Amino acid sequence: MTLDLVPIWTVILAFGVFMYVLLDGFDLGVGILFPFAPDDRTRSLMMASVAPIWDGNETWLVFGGLALFAAFPLAFAIIFPALYFPLLAMVLGLIFRGVAFEFRPTARTTSKRWDQAFFWGSLIATFAQGCVLGKFVLGFEVSGRQYAGTSWDWVHPFVLAVGVGLVFGYLLLGATWLVMKTEGALQDWARAKARMGLFGTLAFIGMVSLWTPFLDARIAARWFSWPNIAFLAPVPIATAAIGGWLWASLRRGRDIAPFIAAMGLFAMCYLGLAISLFPHVVVPTITLWDAAAAPQSQAFLLIGTLFLLPIILMYTGWSYWVFRGKVRADAGYAP
Amino acid sequence: MSLDPVILSRLQFAFVIAFHFLLPAFTIGLASYIAVLEGLFLATKKQVYLRISTFWIKIFAVAFGMGVVSGIVLPSQLGANWSRYSDATANIVAPLMAYEALMAFFLEAGFLGVLLFGRRLVPPWAHFFSALMVAIGTLLSAFWILAANSWMQTPAGFEIIDGRFVPTDWLAVIFNPSFPYRFLHTVTAVYLTTAFTVIGVAAWYLRHGRYLDEAKVMIAMGVILASVLVPAQALLGDRHGLNTREHQPQKLAAMEALWETRTGAPAVLFALPDEAAETNRAELSIPKLGSLYLTHSFDGVVQGLKDFPPSDRPPVVPVFFAFRVMVGMWAIMFALTLWAWWLARHKRLFGSPAFLRAATWAIPTGYVAVTAGWITTEVGRQPYVVYGLLRTADAVTPTLTGGDVLASLLIYIVVYIVIFGAGVYYLVRLVHRGLPERLDGQELRPEQRPARPLSAATAPASEGGPP
Repeated sequence: MTLDLVPIWTVILAFGVFMYVLLDGFDLGVGILFPFAPDDRTRSLMMASVAPIWDGNETWLVFGGLALFAAFPLAFAIIFPALYFPLLAMVLGLIFRGVAFEFRPTARTTSKRWDQAFFWGSLIATFAQGCVLGKFVLGFEVSGRQYAGTSWDWVHPFVLAVGVGLVFGYLLLGATWLVMKTEGALQDWARAKARMGLFGTLAFIGMVSLWTPFLDARIAARWFSWPNIAFLAPVPIATAAIGGWLWASLRRGRDIAPFIAAMGLFAMCYLGLAISLFPHVVVPTITLWDAAAAPQSQAFLLIGTLFLLPIILMYTGWSYWVFRGKVRADAGYAP
Repeated sequence: MSLDPVILSRLQFAFVIAFHFLLPAFTIGLASYIAVLEGLFLATKKQVYLRISTFWIKIFAVAFGMGVVSGIVLPSQLGANWSRYSDATANIVAPLMAYEALMAFFLEAGFLGVLLFGRRLVPPWAHFFSALMVAIGTLLSAFWILAANSWMQTPAGFEIIDGRFVPTDWLAVIFNPSFPYRFLHTVTAVYLTTAFTVIGVAAWYLRHGRYLDEAKVMIAMGVILASVLVPAQALLGDRHGLNTREHQPQKLAAMEALWETRTGAPAVLFALPDEAAETNRAELSIPKLGSLYLTHSFDGVVQGLKDFPPSDRPPVVPVFFAFRVMVGMWAIMFALTLWAWWLARHKRLFGSPAFLRAATWAIPTGYVAVTAGWITTEVGRQPYVVYGLLRTADAVTPTLTGGDVLASLLIYIVVYIVIFGAGVYYLVRLVHRGLPERLDGQELRPEQRPARPLSAATAPASEGGPP
């Protein structure tokens, strides 16, 4: 007999993707806020607040993609072709965003164009990731073991709406990150942006939550049938409560609470998504078990993953610890 | 629509991976070099090592960042353009790539921030440790990705169930027949690429009378490394060739443009292979020498391309010429190394303008060699993506249209011209800007160390990567 490794791989994959969304979410959010910053000095501070860690944050995306490939390869082989152009836009956005970190300080006189690259790269990558998420919820046309639609099926109002929604979500993460990492006028500015991000995020959470049940009767049944509704009602209630906490913590001038609350908001959305879609990894036809890799492949990777992930979390944590505290606003910027 | 999604997807993959490969070809060796310099500084406290290291760390930051972002393109290519390959091979190659992320990418990224920005925030040993972890990460990355690549060249340790590869023996999968040769050959190649880049940059400084002490140390270290690795590479290349003859005879026949199976095969120095006529034009060859280096015997049998049906042969022209370019680059490195030793014997290693100029001009040799070597091995694997078992034409995503791929390929070309153009421009600019003028970071006592990230970035430009 062999142990069913699908549940644990589901948890690991979900964890990896969630880490990516949280960590690169605030990096990308900082990028989206970048051109609206008061001046060049604050822009340099904003970039410095994420420069030592962005690469590690982006690694979770690579891990998530490769864990999907390794643990649920059928889903990988169906989802990626369907998202050909959103993925193209995402990687190109990430390229411009990533090189801007290195090119901007080197460029000096022409750094303005890398400011633009940092902003547009972050914005496009975020919107594309939202489209990926939207299409993931909307579902894929499948024939046999292959995607059967066209490279443009992702163009759908729901998908585009999720794309815009994620821009507000990352903006919220980025702004609350800056509230935590900065002080003085820049922090006040970040607080104002966080309020804007919170409104936008909550509006899109509400819209998507109401829209999703109409897309798929099974999702509606899962949430609104008895007794599910009693068990699941805490999810939207908690989401609203966390939104209120975030608002209050911004008003009270807290440094760290808004960022934690923003992460909590993402966690609730993630949970809601999992409740809606489980056990499907390719909506509406393919379950996690259908898409699973050979047990010996899942087992081979699992051994190393269970050993390495805690170590990765330890040294990643150490890196954050080294760069803890406020990015100082009075230090001035020298190239 | 006459646009072929297979050809276009191949072109696109070749394009994005060729540009990506240029960066690890430099940064794998550079990470090790920085770790060595940091170790020497920690052990000897000599400022010269610190100054050299901080200079290369800045260069490393730019090159490594470009390598990371251009690397993210590659797994998305596998899924988006090669979904049938992904479906068929995932049980084998995907765990190897996932191990690359777990062991290598996280390690590099986790310690990169401290290496670039953390010199004043952590004790000296912790900074050295970070440099070491980044270096080990780059080597682990090469290990896993070359294991996956080698498995596609010489598959082992699997069975085929319903058209999909399923592992039966992981050790056989990882240490497949070509892996040990490919790994050593590639790591040696990228170390040489770094060595000749460092030598070339230092030679440029010497010629312009800048940073004389540091430049001499860099050249000496580079020449010592080259003295070991250039001869070693000849040996490794030879063993790799024997391995190819055994496991991928079509590729070897294409590398040598040998059409007939025969004993005492000639060494073809130059030819214009004509695939339609199955012969070479304008051939210049030395009798029997081919058998000598391919089989280590003048009368050894070497299989020719005509032994294989035309539909199973790789394209001969690119494989034949790419192989010769690679060997030619090695010959330049060999000549430069000999020249350096001859000068050193006459105590003129740092005083010969001709050598210094040649060393700077030789900076591209490593990059050309690894690209040519990669073309040799990858094009030589055609028409298969998994050698002998899965044809490239059967690996492409079925729903892709030629128009889709043409659009993405054109976008990639435009973006890469901008990004790589800017990257090379800024790297050259960093070289021109030169080494740090003053270094006060190390004199700081721990209690004086600023506890805030930006302070590290705002203090001298000497510190770490770009602030």
